[in-house]
Order: sequence, then C-alpha cells, then structure tokens
Amino acid sequence: MSWVTKTFNSSLGRKLIMALTGLFLVIFLIGHVTGNLLLFKDDGGQAFNEYADFMTTNQFVQILSITTYLSVILHVVYSIVLTSMNKKARPIGYNQVNPPKESSWNSRNMGILGTFILIFLVVHLQGFWYQMHWGDMPKVTYDGVVYKDLFEIVVFAFQQEWLVALYVISMILLGFHLYHGFESAFQTLGLNHKKYTPAIQFVGRAFAIVVPALFASMPLYIYFTLN
Amino acid sequence: MNLTLKIWRQKNHKDKGGFVDYKVSGISTDMSFLEMLDVLNEQLSEKGEDPVHFDHDCREGICGMCSLYINGHPHGPQQTTTCQLHMRSFADGDTITIEPWRAAGFPVMKDLITDRSAFDRIQQAGGYVSVNTGGVPDANEIPIPKLIADEAFDAATCIGCGACVAACKNASAMLFVSAKISQLALLPQGQVERKERAEKMVAQMDAEGFGACTNTGACSAECPKGISLTNIARMNREYFSAVVSSENT
Repeated sequence: MSWVTKTFNSSLGRKLIMALTGLFLVIFLIGHVTGNLLLFKDDGGQAFNEYADFMTTNQFVQILSITTYLSVILHVVYSIVLTSMNKKARPIGYNQVNPPKESSWNSRNMGILGTFILIFLVVHLQGFWYQMHWGDMPKVTYDGVVYKDLFEIVVFAFQQEWLVALYVISMILLGFHLYHGFESAFQTLGLNHKKYTPAIQFVGRAFAIVVPALFASMPLYIYFTLN
Repeated sequence: MNLTLKIWRQKNHKDKGGFVDYKVSGISTDMSFLEMLDVLNEQLSEKGEDPVHFDHDCREGICGMCSLYINGHPHGPQQTTTCQLHMRSFADGDTITIEPWRAAGFPVMKDLITDRSAFDRIQQAGGYVSVNTGGVPDANEIPIPKLIADEAFDAATCIGCGACVAACKNASAMLFVSAKISQLALLPQGQVERKERAEKMVAQMDAEGFGACTNTGACSAECPKGISLTNIARMNREYFSAVVSSENT
C-alpha cells in the first residue's frame, strides 16, 4: 500500500475526506443561496431564469458542479464507511447510556440528520435539477432569446403544501447538521486554536442558522405571495 | 443506604454473559464505590458464590486501573475515577446499573474486567522518547516556556483508564492517543521521533479496532482528568503533517 492509500484508509484520513468535502459543500451552499435570492426579485422570474441558464451552460460553473457532485458522493460514501467502522468498534452496546450535557444531540446524530438531508436531496434534484437538464421545460423569451422557464417550475412546485413543508423541515435538519458539522470540520483539520476557534464557532453557528433560514424562506415566500 | 445493583456477570471471554441483580444494605455514604462493591463481594464470598470481578489498584485516582460504566456514565455520575466516587452521589433505594467498558478494543475478560492492553500496544508503537545513556543531564537544561510545559503536563495527566473509549458513541480512542502524542510533541525532548510517533500510534490505534471521532465531546466531558479536545486537533495536525513530510513511503 502506498502512503497515500494508507493515509486515506486510516481513521484520520477518512475523517479528513469528510471534513474537506463538507467544507466544500458549505462553499457550494453560499453560492446556491446567493443565486437563489433572485427568486425574490419582482420581475416575473427573468433574472432567476437567466441565472439558471448561466449555471447550466457556463464551463467554469460546470467544473464546480462536477466537484460538488463528487463532494456529495464522497461525503455520503465515507460517512457509511466510517459509521460501519464505528459500529464495529462497539459490537455489544450498553444497557443504559446517559450522554453528558456537553455532548450535543446533533453532534451525536449526524448520520441520521445526514440521511434525511440525502432523502431531501433526491426529491430536490428530481424536482428541479433533473427537470432543468433533461425534463420537458416550459419556455420563455427575453429580448428575443429563448430560456427554459425554471421560475415557472419553482412557483408551480411550491403551490403544494406538502412540498413546502418538506423543504422547511429539511432546512431545519440541515441547520442542525451544519451547526455541528462546520466547527467539527475545522477540528478534524486540526485547526483548533484559542485565538481562532471562537470565531470559527461563531461563523459556523451563524451560517447554520442564516443559510437554512434563507433557503426555507423561498418556498414560504412563493407559497404565500405568488399563489 | 440500601441499594439494588444490576451487575454484568460474565464467566470468561467466551461466555455470553448477562445482568444479575444483587441487594446490598448498610452502605455508608462515606464509602467509595469500590468499597461498596467490596461489601457485596464479602456477602457473596460468605455465601460461597463467585465474587464480582472488577479492576482496581491504587484507589487514589491516579493509576487508571479502575473502570466501570455506572448508570450510563464511565466512572459514574461524577467526573472522577470510580475509586474516588462516593456513595453520597447516590440515594437510598437506588438501582445502580454497572457494566464493563464496551469496545471491540477492550474485550471483556470476566464480569467487569476488560483487557485494556490495546492502550499499552499503542504506547509501545511510539509513545516514548529516545534518551542517551551516559552522564545525568542537569535539570532544566533545556528551556521550555511555562505555558507549553503546562499544556504538555495537562496532556500527561491522562491515566489511560479508557473512559474516553467507554464514553464515545463510536468507541474511539482518539482522546487517549492524542493526549499521549501531545505530551511529547509539545516538548523539545519529543522532537526526535515526532513524525514517526504520530504515524505509528495512529496506525496502531486503527489496528486495535477503535472507532473514529465525530467530535461529540463526550470523551472530554467524562474524562476523570478533563483531557481537552484540543489534543485531538493537535493529533490530527501531527498526523497529517507527518504523513506528507516523513520519509515513510
């Protein structure tokens, strides 16, 4: 085994992959939420549709997209590898477990939170991403140029209460996942320092609240105002 | 105090084992938890039954030999060792559940005794420094800043009891291993084997079948010596920088 495979097969190497892919997905979320804020622009969806077109055709964005897909896949695969390793490390469990209060509920249930987020992701990608790439999309024309009308699909989707509810609940779960995951990734990378860790914790916790809240506000806004 | 004890009994390494309930009475609140178990074992011996086997040695909270997973906590409800846990932490009439440490790396040998030699093998893999033989060096010959010395000493207070593994939902030994790596990585004397130490101790930790840390913080909260999670971050730094820069291909 070369030193590279040995490292990535070690417990710390596997954790490193979780941390790096997780942090890349955090960066992805910043881009995703910023772009989607165009949904709030009162122009019948023109800015949003032009942005969606750019995101599916620009070459540089496509490289970032592939990195994002790979990050999601690696994050999921390595979570399964690590979880099965961790289960094997305690073949017989305790009769009674009382986790200390310093050990938060979400930090102990990242796998469960992640599983729900993955289920949400499948529904989410099927509804918008798949439709945008390969679905039969309605068209709209701005200044003589034909665009796929993703805005129409989004507005139509969020007329359904169950889907709005699914999105809001999923964003709450994502918030809990990020609340632990953000600072945990830095700890795994070895970046724990009394000068910087308080700032990392503050940014991580703010991120875990603000970003999912912005995402959740989108289906709620469409459901209540564009009905 | 009168208590009901629900204790894990297991004849040997291969036995399936199970819980057995015992009643003890006349327990003083000033007794340590181990003394309370001594009372139970006196009763069992008088009846000609096999006493409950548990690990203990110094009974002063410094050797790391005692263990026991008590009511869902390693070393019981207080952040100390089981030998320093007193019966005043419990109420008259309580039922106390006593289990062995549970980890693939700590197989149960009998009743509440587990084999913790995995920790010894991790230490032997790299938890040492090279010292030249010859004349005795002067004390304080090598200057070490007070803060660094304190940090190294804090890591060195780890007694290797294994409560971190017992507390961790993943049965991870990373708090222990990181304390042992830290206490030497921080000091000038530890520099010679620094890279080799991080690589070998992490490899041995994995080989012993311990899980991977998910940064829940349960280990540090339950550690009788309060070993900090910053040690785990330091271990990660030591390991990652060692694998990219060492001569081991």
